[in-house]
Amino acid sequence: MIEFQHVTKVYQSAGATTKAVDDVSFAVEEGEICVLLGPSGCGKTTLLRMVNRLIGLTNGDIIVNGRNINSVNPVELRRTIGYVIQQTGLFPNMTIFDNVCTVPKMLGWSRAKMHDRYEELMVMIGLDPKEYAKRFPWELSGGQQQRIGVARALAADPPVMLMDEPFGALDPIIRDHLQREFLKIQQTVKKTIVFVSHDLDEALTLGDKIAILKSGKLMQFGTPDEILSAPANDFVSSFIGADKSLKRLSLFTAGQLLQSRRITRICSSKPSVAVQMDTDLRTVLAHILADPNGEVSVLDKTGNCAGVIHYNDLARFLEDDSNEMEPAAN
Amino acid sequence: MELLAFFQSHWSEAVGLTLQHLRLVGASVGIAIVTGVPLGIYVSQKESLAEFILALAGMVMTIPSIAMFGILIPILSLINQGIGFLPAVIALILYSELPIIRNTYLAIKNVDPSVRDAAVGMGMTPRQRLLKVELPIAIPVIMAGVRVAVVMTIGIGAIAAYIGAGGLGVYIAQGISNSYTTMIQAGAVAVSVLAICADVILASVQRLYTPKRQATT
Ligand SMILES: Nc1ncnc2c1ncn2[C@@H]1O[C@H](COP(=O)(O)OP(=O)(O)OP(=O)(O)O)[C@@H](O)[C@H]1O
Ligand SMILES: [Mg+2]
Repeated sequence: MIEFQHVTKVYQSAGATTKAVDDVSFAVEEGEICVLLGPSGCGKTTLLRMVNRLIGLTNGDIIVNGRNINSVNPVELRRTIGYVIQQTGLFPNMTIFDNVCTVPKMLGWSRAKMHDRYEELMVMIGLDPKEYAKRFPWELSGGQQQRIGVARALAADPPVMLMDEPFGALDPIIRDHLQREFLKIQQTVKKTIVFVSHDLDEALTLGDKIAILKSGKLMQFGTPDEILSAPANDFVSSFIGADKSLKRLSLFTAGQLLQSRRITRICSSKPSVAVQMDTDLRTVLAHILADPNGEVSVLDKTGNCAGVIHYNDLARFLEDDSNEMEPAAN
Repeated sequence: MELLAFFQSHWSEAVGLTLQHLRLVGASVGIAIVTGVPLGIYVSQKESLAEFILALAGMVMTIPSIAMFGILIPILSLINQGIGFLPAVIALILYSELPIIRNTYLAIKNVDPSVRDAAVGMGMTPRQRLLKVELPIAIPVIMAGVRVAVVMTIGIGAIAAYIGAGGLGVYIAQGISNSYTTMIQAGAVAVSVLAICADVILASVQRLYTPKRQATT
Protein backbone atom coordinates (compact mmCIF):
# COMPACT_ATOMS: atom_id res chain seq x y z
CA MET A 1 0.00 0.00 0.00
CA ILE A 2 1.17 3.52 -0.80
CA GLU A 3 -0.15 6.39 1.28
CA PHE A 4 0.23 9.99 0.18
CA GLN A 5 -0.30 12.32 3.16
CA HIS A 6 -0.48 16.04 2.50
CA VAL A 7 2.26 15.68 -0.10
CA THR A 8 3.57 19.01 -1.33
CA LYS A 9 6.41 19.91 -3.68
CA VAL A 10 7.63 23.43 -4.28
CA TYR A 11 10.27 23.99 -6.96
CA GLN A 12 12.56 26.98 -6.58
CA SER A 13 14.30 27.93 -9.77
CA ALA A 14 15.65 31.25 -11.02
CA GLY A 15 13.79 33.13 -8.31
CA ALA A 16 10.43 31.70 -9.34
CA THR A 17 8.62 29.22 -7.12
CA THR A 18 6.28 26.59 -8.58
CA LYS A 19 3.92 24.56 -6.44
CA ALA A 20 4.07 21.45 -8.58
CA VAL A 21 2.20 19.28 -6.06
CA ASP A 22 -0.11 20.91 -3.55
CA ASP A 23 -1.31 19.09 -0.41
CA VAL A 24 -2.24 15.82 -2.10
CA SER A 25 -3.57 12.95 0.03
CA PHE A 26 -4.86 9.55 -1.09
CA ALA A 27 -3.93 5.89 -0.75
CA VAL A 28 -3.24 3.16 -3.29
CA GLU A 29 -4.37 -0.21 -1.95
CA GLU A 30 -2.21 -3.29 -2.25
CA GLY A 31 -2.47 -4.97 -5.66
CA GLU A 32 -4.25 -2.03 -7.23
CA ILE A 33 -3.37 0.16 -10.18
CA CYS A 34 -3.80 3.86 -9.46
CA VAL A 35 -3.58 6.11 -12.50
CA LEU A 36 -2.42 9.70 -12.03
CA LEU A 37 -4.32 11.60 -14.68
CA GLY A 38 -4.30 15.22 -15.74
CA PRO A 39 -3.14 17.76 -18.33
CA SER A 40 0.52 18.45 -19.05
CA GLY A 41 2.33 20.16 -16.19
CA CYS A 42 -0.20 19.23 -13.51
CA GLY A 43 2.46 17.48 -11.43
CA LYS A 44 1.98 13.79 -12.27
CA THR A 45 5.64 13.01 -12.88
CA THR A 46 6.68 15.02 -9.84
CA LEU A 47 4.28 13.12 -7.60
CA LEU A 48 5.43 9.77 -9.03
CA ARG A 49 9.14 10.50 -8.66
CA MET A 50 8.71 11.51 -5.05
CA VAL A 51 7.73 7.92 -4.21
CA ASN A 52 11.21 6.54 -4.98
CA ARG A 53 12.90 9.72 -3.74
CA LEU A 54 14.16 10.87 -7.14
CA ILE A 55 12.52 14.12 -6.04
CA GLY A 56 12.45 15.20 -2.40
CA LEU A 57 9.25 16.19 -0.62
CA THR A 58 8.83 19.79 0.47
CA ASN A 59 6.07 18.80 2.88
CA GLY A 60 3.99 15.78 3.85
CA ASP A 61 4.76 12.08 4.00
CA ILE A 62 4.72 9.10 1.69
CA ILE A 63 4.34 5.71 3.35
CA VAL A 64 5.15 2.63 1.29
CA ASN A 65 4.06 -0.67 2.83
CA GLY A 66 4.12 0.81 6.30
CA ARG A 67 7.50 2.51 6.06
CA ASN A 68 7.97 6.23 5.69
CA ILE A 69 10.18 6.59 2.61
CA ASN A 70 12.30 9.19 4.35
CA SER A 71 13.39 6.63 6.91
CA VAL A 72 14.78 4.31 4.22
CA ASN A 73 18.10 4.67 2.40
CA PRO A 74 17.15 5.89 -1.10
CA VAL A 75 19.30 3.29 -2.88
CA GLU A 76 17.72 0.46 -0.86
CA LEU A 77 14.26 1.94 -1.36
CA ARG A 78 14.64 2.15 -5.15
CA ARG A 79 15.71 -1.50 -5.41
CA THR A 80 12.35 -2.49 -3.95
CA ILE A 81 10.35 -0.29 -6.33
CA GLY A 82 10.07 -1.07 -10.03
CA TYR A 83 10.49 1.97 -12.26
CA VAL A 84 9.37 2.27 -15.90
CA ILE A 85 9.58 5.45 -17.98
CA GLN A 86 8.29 6.53 -21.35
CA GLN A 87 11.73 6.81 -22.97
CA THR A 88 12.46 3.25 -21.68
CA GLY A 89 15.92 4.27 -20.40
CA LEU A 90 17.30 0.88 -21.43
CA PHE A 91 21.09 0.78 -21.11
CA PRO A 92 22.46 0.86 -24.68
CA ASN A 93 25.77 -0.69 -23.61
CA MET A 94 24.11 -3.79 -22.17
CA THR A 95 22.44 -6.81 -23.76
CA ILE A 96 18.76 -7.47 -23.15
CA PHE A 97 19.72 -10.11 -20.58
CA ASP A 98 21.93 -7.67 -18.67
CA ASN A 99 19.30 -4.95 -18.88
CA VAL A 100 16.60 -7.19 -17.46
CA CYS A 101 18.89 -8.51 -14.72
CA THR A 102 20.21 -5.10 -13.60
CA VAL A 103 18.61 -5.11 -10.17
CA PRO A 104 19.08 -8.85 -9.47
CA LYS A 105 22.77 -8.36 -10.25
CA MET A 106 23.01 -5.50 -7.77
CA LEU A 107 21.25 -7.66 -5.20
CA GLY A 108 23.85 -10.38 -5.75
CA TRP A 109 21.64 -13.15 -7.13
CA SER A 110 23.31 -16.32 -8.40
CA ARG A 111 23.76 -16.78 -12.13
CA ALA A 112 21.31 -19.68 -12.21
CA LYS A 113 18.62 -17.76 -10.35
CA MET A 114 19.03 -14.80 -12.72
CA HIS A 115 18.71 -17.07 -15.77
CA ASP A 116 15.52 -18.64 -14.46
CA ARG A 117 14.05 -15.26 -13.64
CA TYR A 118 15.05 -13.86 -17.04
CA GLU A 119 13.34 -16.71 -18.89
CA GLU A 120 10.24 -16.44 -16.74
CA LEU A 121 9.96 -12.70 -17.38
CA MET A 122 10.56 -12.94 -21.13
CA VAL A 123 7.88 -15.59 -21.46
CA MET A 124 5.56 -13.36 -19.42
CA ILE A 125 6.05 -10.39 -21.75
CA GLY A 126 5.84 -12.58 -24.83
CA LEU A 127 9.40 -12.40 -26.17
CA ASP A 128 11.61 -15.42 -26.90
CA PRO A 129 14.25 -15.57 -24.11
CA LYS A 130 16.93 -17.23 -26.25
CA GLU A 131 16.48 -15.00 -29.28
CA TYR A 132 16.84 -11.75 -27.39
CA ALA A 133 19.33 -12.56 -24.61
CA LYS A 134 22.40 -11.33 -26.49
CA ARG A 135 20.76 -8.59 -28.52
CA PHE A 136 21.01 -4.90 -27.74
CA PRO A 137 18.15 -2.47 -27.08
CA TRP A 138 18.53 -0.53 -30.34
CA GLU A 139 17.91 -3.74 -32.29
CA LEU A 140 14.36 -3.90 -30.90
CA SER A 141 11.18 -2.12 -31.95
CA GLY A 142 9.73 0.58 -29.69
CA GLY A 143 7.04 -1.76 -28.39
CA GLN A 144 9.56 -4.51 -27.67
CA GLN A 145 11.84 -2.05 -25.88
CA GLN A 146 8.97 -0.92 -23.70
CA ARG A 147 8.17 -4.54 -22.80
CA ILE A 148 11.81 -5.06 -21.83
CA GLY A 149 11.50 -1.93 -19.68
CA VAL A 150 8.55 -3.52 -17.87
CA ALA A 151 10.41 -6.83 -17.48
CA ARG A 152 13.44 -5.01 -16.08
CA ALA A 153 11.29 -3.25 -13.52
CA LEU A 154 9.67 -6.55 -12.49
CA ALA A 155 12.96 -8.45 -12.31
CA ALA A 156 13.54 -8.49 -8.56
CA ASP A 157 9.80 -8.89 -7.92
CA PRO A 158 9.29 -5.54 -6.21
CA PRO A 159 5.94 -5.15 -4.45
CA VAL A 160 5.51 -1.64 -5.85
CA MET A 161 5.86 -0.31 -9.40
CA LEU A 162 6.04 3.26 -10.67
CA MET A 163 5.25 3.78 -14.35
CA ASP A 164 5.51 7.16 -16.07
CA GLU A 165 3.56 7.06 -19.34
CA PRO A 166 5.19 3.75 -20.29
CA PHE A 167 3.06 3.38 -23.42
CA GLY A 168 2.86 7.08 -24.26
CA ALA A 169 5.29 7.05 -27.17
CA LEU A 170 3.74 4.07 -28.96
CA ASP A 171 1.20 4.11 -31.76
CA PRO A 172 -2.42 3.44 -30.71
CA ILE A 173 -2.62 -0.15 -31.94
CA ILE A 174 0.53 -1.27 -30.16
CA ARG A 175 -0.49 0.74 -27.11
CA ASP A 176 -3.85 -1.03 -26.89
CA HIS A 177 -2.11 -4.35 -27.30
CA LEU A 178 0.45 -3.63 -24.58
CA GLN A 179 -2.23 -2.32 -22.22
CA ARG A 180 -4.16 -5.56 -22.51
CA GLU A 181 -0.98 -7.60 -22.12
CA PHE A 182 0.00 -5.52 -19.13
CA LEU A 183 -3.35 -6.11 -17.42
CA LYS A 184 -2.97 -9.84 -17.95
CA ILE A 185 0.47 -9.71 -16.33
CA GLN A 186 -0.90 -7.63 -13.46
CA GLN A 187 -3.56 -10.27 -12.82
CA THR A 188 -0.80 -12.74 -11.98
CA VAL A 189 1.77 -10.46 -10.31
CA LYS A 190 -0.69 -8.24 -8.39
CA LYS A 191 1.68 -5.32 -7.85
CA THR A 192 0.75 -2.06 -6.22
CA ILE A 193 1.15 0.32 -9.15
CA VAL A 194 1.19 4.07 -9.60
CA PHE A 195 0.75 4.76 -13.31
CA VAL A 196 1.04 8.21 -14.89
CA SER A 197 -1.07 8.96 -17.95
CA HIS A 198 -2.62 11.94 -19.66
CA ASP A 199 -4.96 9.74 -21.66
CA LEU A 200 -8.44 9.29 -20.16
CA ASP A 201 -9.13 6.08 -22.08
CA GLU A 202 -5.90 4.55 -20.84
CA ALA A 203 -6.79 5.52 -17.28
CA LEU A 204 -10.26 3.99 -17.60
CA THR A 205 -8.86 0.78 -19.07
CA LEU A 206 -6.04 0.28 -16.59
CA GLY A 207 -7.01 2.04 -13.39
CA ASP A 208 -8.63 0.43 -10.39
CA LYS A 209 -8.50 3.98 -9.06
CA ILE A 210 -7.91 7.26 -10.82
CA ALA A 211 -6.45 10.41 -9.26
CA ILE A 212 -7.21 13.49 -11.33
CA LEU A 213 -4.80 16.37 -10.85
CA LYS A 214 -4.88 19.99 -11.92
CA SER A 215 -2.06 22.46 -11.20
CA GLY A 216 -0.74 20.20 -8.46
CA LYS A 217 -4.07 19.83 -6.67
CA LEU A 218 -6.05 16.61 -6.39
CA MET A 219 -9.39 17.22 -8.09
CA GLN A 220 -10.93 13.79 -7.56
CA PHE A 221 -9.88 10.34 -6.45
CA GLY A 222 -12.06 7.34 -7.13
CA THR A 223 -12.88 4.35 -9.30
CA PRO A 224 -13.37 4.92 -13.04
CA ASP A 225 -17.12 4.51 -12.57
CA GLU A 226 -17.25 7.01 -9.70
CA ILE A 227 -15.37 9.53 -11.78
CA LEU A 228 -17.58 9.08 -14.85
CA SER A 229 -20.88 8.92 -13.00
CA ALA A 230 -20.21 11.59 -10.38
CA PRO A 231 -17.54 14.05 -11.44
CA ALA A 232 -16.56 16.10 -8.40
CA ASN A 233 -16.36 19.46 -10.16
CA ASP A 234 -16.45 21.29 -13.48
CA PHE A 235 -12.82 20.56 -14.19
CA VAL A 236 -13.32 16.81 -13.91
CA SER A 237 -16.55 17.09 -15.92
CA SER A 238 -14.89 18.86 -18.79
CA PHE A 239 -11.83 16.62 -18.57
CA ILE A 240 -13.86 13.45 -19.00
CA GLY A 241 -15.77 15.09 -21.83
CA ALA A 242 -19.23 14.90 -23.34
CA ASP A 243 -19.02 11.21 -24.18
CA LYS A 244 -18.68 10.17 -20.56
CA SER A 245 -21.85 8.10 -20.86
CA LEU A 246 -20.34 6.07 -23.65
CA LYS A 247 -17.12 5.67 -21.69
CA ARG A 248 -19.09 4.54 -18.68
CA LEU A 249 -20.94 1.97 -20.75
CA SER A 250 -17.64 0.46 -21.84
CA LEU A 251 -16.77 -0.26 -18.19
CA PHE A 252 -19.56 -2.81 -17.87
CA THR A 253 -20.60 -6.00 -19.66
CA ALA A 254 -23.93 -7.28 -20.89
CA GLY A 255 -23.80 -10.09 -18.35
CA GLN A 256 -23.42 -7.65 -15.48
CA LEU A 257 -26.38 -5.62 -16.63
CA LEU A 258 -28.57 -8.71 -16.91
CA GLN A 259 -27.60 -9.76 -13.40
CA SER A 260 -27.99 -6.42 -11.66
CA ARG A 261 -31.25 -5.54 -13.37
CA ARG A 262 -32.58 -9.06 -13.10
CA ILE A 263 -33.84 -8.52 -16.60
CA THR A 264 -36.23 -11.36 -17.17
CA ARG A 265 -37.35 -10.32 -20.60
CA ILE A 266 -38.23 -13.55 -22.24
CA CYS A 267 -36.20 -14.62 -25.18
CA SER A 268 -39.13 -14.98 -27.49
CA SER A 269 -38.93 -11.72 -29.46
CA LYS A 270 -35.84 -12.99 -31.30
CA PRO A 271 -33.84 -9.76 -31.83
CA SER A 272 -31.81 -9.74 -35.02
CA VAL A 273 -28.46 -9.49 -33.19
CA ALA A 274 -27.02 -11.53 -30.36
CA VAL A 275 -24.11 -10.56 -28.11
CA GLN A 276 -22.05 -12.50 -25.56
CA MET A 277 -22.18 -12.15 -21.78
CA ASP A 278 -18.77 -10.42 -21.74
CA THR A 279 -19.57 -7.94 -24.52
CA ASP A 280 -19.21 -4.40 -23.13
CA LEU A 281 -22.30 -2.22 -22.97
CA ARG A 282 -20.89 0.32 -25.41
CA THR A 283 -20.79 -2.35 -28.10
CA VAL A 284 -24.23 -3.50 -27.00
CA LEU A 285 -25.52 0.04 -27.55
CA ALA A 286 -24.10 0.09 -31.06
CA HIS A 287 -26.00 -3.10 -31.88
CA ILE A 288 -29.19 -1.82 -30.28
CA LEU A 289 -29.08 1.34 -32.40
CA ALA A 290 -28.86 -0.81 -35.50
CA ASP A 291 -31.77 -3.04 -34.49
CA PRO A 292 -35.26 -2.00 -35.71
CA ASN A 293 -36.81 -2.84 -32.32
CA GLY A 294 -33.90 -1.40 -30.36
CA GLU A 295 -32.88 -4.60 -28.59
CA VAL A 296 -30.33 -7.41 -28.59
CA SER A 297 -30.34 -10.86 -27.11
CA VAL A 298 -27.50 -11.99 -24.85
CA LEU A 299 -26.16 -15.52 -25.22
CA ASP A 300 -24.62 -17.45 -22.35
CA LYS A 301 -21.61 -19.72 -22.69
CA THR A 302 -23.65 -22.58 -24.08
CA GLY A 303 -25.16 -20.38 -26.77
CA ASN A 304 -28.59 -20.23 -25.18
CA CYS A 305 -30.39 -16.94 -24.79
CA ALA A 306 -29.86 -15.55 -21.29
CA GLY A 307 -31.96 -12.44 -21.71
CA VAL A 308 -32.72 -9.46 -23.90
CA ILE A 309 -31.42 -5.92 -23.42
CA HIS A 310 -33.60 -3.08 -24.66
CA TYR A 311 -32.54 0.51 -25.31
CA ASN A 312 -34.56 1.58 -22.25
CA ASP A 313 -32.48 -0.69 -20.01
CA LEU A 314 -29.33 1.16 -21.01
CA ALA A 315 -30.94 4.56 -20.61
CA ARG A 316 -32.15 3.67 -17.12
CA PHE A 317 -28.74 2.27 -16.24
CA LEU A 318 -27.06 5.56 -17.19
CA GLU A 319 -29.57 7.69 -15.29
CA ASP A 320 -28.80 5.80 -12.13
CA ASP A 321 -25.62 7.31 -10.68
CA SER A 322 -25.65 5.13 -7.64
CA ASN A 323 -25.84 1.70 -9.21
CA GLU A 324 -24.11 -0.92 -7.14
CA MET A 325 -22.54 -2.78 -9.99
CA GLU A 326 -18.81 -3.46 -9.84
CA PRO A 327 -17.14 -2.52 -13.12
CA ALA A 328 -15.92 -5.45 -15.16
CA ALA A 329 -12.68 -6.90 -13.87
CA ASN A 330 -10.18 -5.65 -16.37
CA MET B 1 64.54 8.48 -55.73
CA GLU B 2 66.83 10.17 -53.28
CA LEU B 3 64.35 9.71 -50.45
CA LEU B 4 64.24 5.94 -50.89
CA ALA B 5 68.00 5.80 -51.05
CA PHE B 6 68.15 7.85 -47.86
CA PHE B 7 65.92 5.45 -45.99
CA GLN B 8 67.85 2.46 -47.36
CA SER B 9 71.13 3.78 -46.07
CA HIS B 10 69.72 5.10 -42.78
CA TRP B 11 67.33 2.22 -42.09
CA SER B 12 68.24 1.27 -38.52
CA GLU B 13 68.74 4.88 -37.50
CA ALA B 14 65.29 5.80 -38.83
CA VAL B 15 63.69 2.92 -36.96
CA GLY B 16 65.45 4.05 -33.79
CA LEU B 17 64.20 7.61 -34.16
CA THR B 18 60.69 6.36 -34.86
CA LEU B 19 60.70 4.29 -31.68
CA GLN B 20 62.01 7.29 -29.77
CA HIS B 21 59.21 9.37 -31.24
CA LEU B 22 56.61 6.78 -30.30
CA ARG B 23 58.00 6.54 -26.78
CA LEU B 24 57.63 10.31 -26.40
CA VAL B 25 54.06 10.27 -27.72
CA GLY B 26 53.11 7.13 -25.81
CA ALA B 27 54.37 8.44 -22.49
CA SER B 28 52.68 11.82 -22.96
CA VAL B 29 49.30 10.55 -24.12
CA GLY B 30 49.40 7.72 -21.57
CA ILE B 31 49.87 10.17 -18.72
CA ALA B 32 47.31 12.52 -20.24
CA ILE B 33 44.73 9.68 -20.32
CA VAL B 34 45.43 8.66 -16.74
CA THR B 35 45.01 12.24 -15.55
CA GLY B 36 42.58 13.67 -18.11
CA VAL B 37 39.87 11.00 -18.01
CA PRO B 38 39.36 11.20 -14.22
CA LEU B 39 39.48 14.99 -14.43
CA GLY B 40 36.89 14.95 -17.21
CA ILE B 41 34.65 12.67 -15.14
CA TYR B 42 35.11 14.89 -12.12
CA VAL B 43 34.16 18.11 -13.88
CA SER B 44 31.16 16.38 -15.49
CA GLN B 45 29.78 16.04 -11.96
CA LYS B 46 30.95 19.49 -10.88
CA GLU B 47 29.53 21.89 -13.40
CA SER B 48 30.98 24.95 -11.59
CA LEU B 49 34.52 23.72 -12.25
CA ALA B 50 33.94 22.53 -15.80
CA GLU B 51 34.03 25.90 -17.49
CA PHE B 52 37.25 26.90 -15.73
CA ILE B 53 39.12 23.64 -16.41
CA LEU B 54 38.06 23.51 -20.06
CA ALA B 55 39.02 27.17 -20.58
CA LEU B 56 42.40 26.51 -19.01
CA ALA B 57 43.04 23.46 -21.17
CA GLY B 58 41.86 25.43 -24.18
CA MET B 59 44.27 28.25 -23.38
CA VAL B 60 47.20 25.82 -23.24
CA MET B 61 46.34 24.71 -26.76
CA THR B 62 46.80 28.22 -28.09
CA ILE B 63 50.41 28.47 -26.94
CA PRO B 64 52.69 27.82 -29.94
CA SER B 65 54.83 24.75 -29.36
CA ILE B 66 58.16 26.57 -29.64
CA ALA B 67 56.94 29.08 -27.05
CA MET B 68 55.80 26.25 -24.80
CA PHE B 69 59.26 24.69 -24.83
CA GLY B 70 60.68 28.15 -24.22
CA ILE B 71 58.56 28.51 -21.11
CA LEU B 72 59.38 25.06 -19.79
CA ILE B 73 63.15 25.24 -20.24
CA PRO B 74 63.87 27.86 -17.54
CA ILE B 75 61.42 26.25 -15.14
CA LEU B 76 62.81 22.75 -15.52
CA SER B 77 66.38 24.05 -15.51
CA LEU B 78 65.84 24.55 -11.80
CA ILE B 79 66.02 20.76 -11.44
CA ASN B 80 68.60 20.41 -14.20
CA GLN B 81 66.11 18.99 -16.69
CA GLY B 82 65.77 22.06 -18.91
CA ILE B 83 66.26 20.12 -22.11
CA GLY B 84 65.67 16.55 -23.20
CA PHE B 85 62.89 14.06 -22.62
CA LEU B 86 61.16 15.60 -19.59
CA PRO B 87 60.23 19.06 -20.94
CA ALA B 88 59.08 17.46 -24.19
CA VAL B 89 56.83 15.00 -22.38
CA ILE B 90 55.40 17.72 -20.14
CA ALA B 91 54.61 19.93 -23.12
CA LEU B 92 52.94 17.08 -24.99
CA ILE B 93 50.91 16.10 -21.92
CA LEU B 94 49.64 19.65 -21.65
CA TYR B 95 48.60 19.65 -25.31
CA SER B 96 46.88 16.26 -24.95
CA GLU B 97 44.80 17.22 -21.95
CA LEU B 98 42.26 19.35 -23.80
CA PRO B 99 40.93 16.78 -26.27
CA ILE B 100 40.89 14.10 -23.60
CA ILE B 101 39.29 16.13 -20.79
CA ARG B 102 36.81 17.77 -23.15
CA ASN B 103 35.71 14.55 -24.82
CA THR B 104 35.37 12.74 -21.48
CA TYR B 105 33.37 15.62 -20.06
CA LEU B 106 31.09 15.90 -23.09
CA ALA B 107 30.60 12.15 -23.45
CA ILE B 108 29.47 11.79 -19.84
CA LYS B 109 27.33 14.91 -20.01
CA ASN B 110 25.66 13.65 -23.18
CA VAL B 111 24.56 10.31 -21.80
CA ASP B 112 20.82 10.19 -22.51
CA PRO B 113 19.13 11.73 -19.44
CA SER B 114 16.48 9.00 -19.47
CA VAL B 115 19.21 6.35 -19.26
CA ARG B 116 20.74 8.12 -16.28
CA ASP B 117 17.29 8.56 -14.74
CA ALA B 118 16.59 4.83 -15.11
CA ALA B 119 19.96 3.97 -13.57
CA VAL B 120 19.30 6.15 -10.52
CA GLY B 121 15.68 5.07 -10.30
CA MET B 122 16.64 1.41 -10.21
CA GLY B 123 18.87 1.98 -7.22
CA MET B 124 22.38 2.26 -8.67
CA THR B 125 24.87 4.11 -6.49
CA PRO B 126 26.70 7.02 -8.20
CA ARG B 127 29.73 4.74 -8.54
CA GLN B 128 27.76 1.90 -10.14
CA ARG B 129 26.09 4.37 -12.46
CA LEU B 130 29.46 5.70 -13.59
CA LEU B 131 31.20 2.34 -14.03
CA LYS B 132 28.33 0.26 -15.41
CA VAL B 133 26.48 2.80 -17.51
CA GLU B 134 28.05 6.21 -18.10
CA LEU B 135 31.67 5.23 -18.79
CA PRO B 136 30.87 2.31 -21.11
CA ILE B 137 28.58 4.59 -23.10
CA ALA B 138 31.21 7.36 -23.13
CA ILE B 139 34.16 5.22 -24.23
CA PRO B 140 33.84 5.71 -28.02
CA VAL B 141 33.88 9.49 -27.59
CA ILE B 142 36.78 9.34 -25.13
CA MET B 143 38.64 7.16 -27.66
CA ALA B 144 38.06 9.83 -30.29
CA GLY B 145 39.69 12.36 -27.98
CA VAL B 146 42.68 10.06 -27.47
CA ARG B 147 42.99 9.68 -31.22
CA VAL B 148 43.11 13.44 -31.70
CA ALA B 149 45.70 13.72 -28.93
CA VAL B 150 47.93 11.03 -30.46
CA VAL B 151 47.88 12.48 -33.97
CA MET B 152 48.49 15.96 -32.62
CA THR B 153 51.40 15.00 -30.38
CA ILE B 154 53.06 13.04 -33.19
CA GLY B 155 53.15 16.30 -35.11
CA ILE B 156 54.18 18.57 -32.26
CA GLY B 157 56.65 15.92 -31.09
CA ALA B 158 58.73 16.62 -34.20
CA ILE B 159 59.59 20.02 -32.77
CA ALA B 160 60.81 18.45 -29.52
CA ALA B 161 64.00 17.53 -31.35
CA TYR B 162 65.04 21.15 -30.91
CA ILE B 163 65.22 20.69 -27.16
CA GLY B 164 67.10 17.45 -27.43
CA ALA B 165 64.26 15.05 -26.92
CA GLY B 166 65.12 13.04 -30.05
CA GLY B 167 62.50 11.49 -32.29
CA LEU B 168 61.92 11.93 -36.00
CA GLY B 169 62.18 15.70 -35.62
CA VAL B 170 65.93 15.14 -35.44
CA TYR B 171 66.01 14.62 -39.24
CA ILE B 172 64.11 17.86 -39.77
CA ALA B 173 66.25 19.87 -37.37
CA GLN B 174 69.55 18.49 -38.65
CA GLY B 175 68.42 18.71 -42.25
CA ILE B 176 67.62 22.38 -41.84
CA SER B 177 70.87 23.29 -40.13
CA ASN B 178 72.90 21.35 -42.76
CA SER B 179 70.73 22.46 -45.70
CA TYR B 180 70.25 18.75 -46.47
CA THR B 181 66.87 18.76 -48.25
CA THR B 182 66.50 14.99 -48.56
CA MET B 183 66.95 14.62 -44.83
CA ILE B 184 64.28 17.26 -44.14
CA GLN B 185 61.94 15.45 -46.49
CA ALA B 186 62.69 12.11 -44.88
CA GLY B 187 61.81 13.51 -41.44
CA ALA B 188 58.63 15.18 -42.68
CA VAL B 189 57.46 12.11 -44.59
CA ALA B 190 58.22 9.80 -41.67
CA VAL B 191 56.28 11.99 -39.22
CA SER B 192 53.31 12.20 -41.58
CA VAL B 193 53.26 8.46 -42.26
CA LEU B 194 53.46 7.80 -38.53
CA ALA B 195 50.55 10.14 -37.84
CA ILE B 196 48.42 8.59 -40.58
CA CYS B 197 49.17 5.05 -39.42
CA ALA B 198 48.36 5.91 -35.80
CA ASP B 199 45.13 7.53 -36.91
CA VAL B 200 44.05 4.52 -38.96
CA ILE B 201 44.91 2.04 -36.19
CA LEU B 202 43.16 4.06 -33.49
CA ALA B 203 40.15 4.58 -35.71
CA SER B 204 39.69 0.83 -36.00
CA VAL B 205 40.16 0.38 -32.25
CA GLN B 206 37.55 3.08 -31.74
CA ARG B 207 35.16 1.30 -34.08
CA LEU B 208 35.67 -1.87 -32.10
CA TYR B 209 34.43 -0.09 -28.98
CA THR B 210 31.58 1.68 -30.73
CA PRO B 211 28.33 -0.25 -30.70
CA LYS B 212 26.65 -0.56 -34.09
CA ARG B 213 23.90 1.77 -32.97
CA GLN B 214 26.20 4.74 -33.44
CA ALA B 215 27.30 3.63 -36.85
CA THR B 216 23.71 3.59 -38.07
CA THR B 217 22.45 6.80 -36.51
N1 LIG C 1 13.12 20.58 -11.82
C1 LIG C 1 12.12 21.49 -11.88
N2 LIG C 1 12.34 22.78 -11.54
C2 LIG C 1 11.34 23.68 -11.58
N3 LIG C 1 10.08 23.41 -11.97
C3 LIG C 1 9.80 22.14 -12.34
C4 LIG C 1 10.81 21.12 -12.31
N4 LIG C 1 10.24 19.96 -12.73
C5 LIG C 1 8.94 20.24 -12.99
N5 LIG C 1 8.68 21.55 -12.76
C6 LIG C 1 7.36 22.20 -12.91
O1 LIG C 1 6.43 21.53 -12.08
C7 LIG C 1 5.20 21.35 -12.74
C8 LIG C 1 4.81 19.90 -12.79
O2 LIG C 1 5.72 19.20 -13.62
P1 LIG C 1 5.57 17.64 -13.93
O3 LIG C 1 6.74 17.24 -14.74
O4 LIG C 1 5.32 16.92 -12.67
O5 LIG C 1 4.25 17.62 -14.84
P2 LIG C 1 3.52 16.41 -15.56
O6 LIG C 1 2.15 16.38 -15.01
O7 LIG C 1 4.32 15.18 -15.45
O8 LIG C 1 3.46 16.91 -17.05
P3 LIG C 1 3.59 16.07 -18.43
O9 LIG C 1 2.27 15.43 -18.67
O10 LIG C 1 3.87 17.14 -19.43
O11 LIG C 1 4.71 15.11 -18.26
C9 LIG C 1 5.34 22.02 -14.09
O12 LIG C 1 4.79 23.30 -14.02
C10 LIG C 1 6.83 22.08 -14.31
O13 LIG C 1 7.16 23.21 -15.07
MG1 LIG D 1 5.31 13.86 -16.88
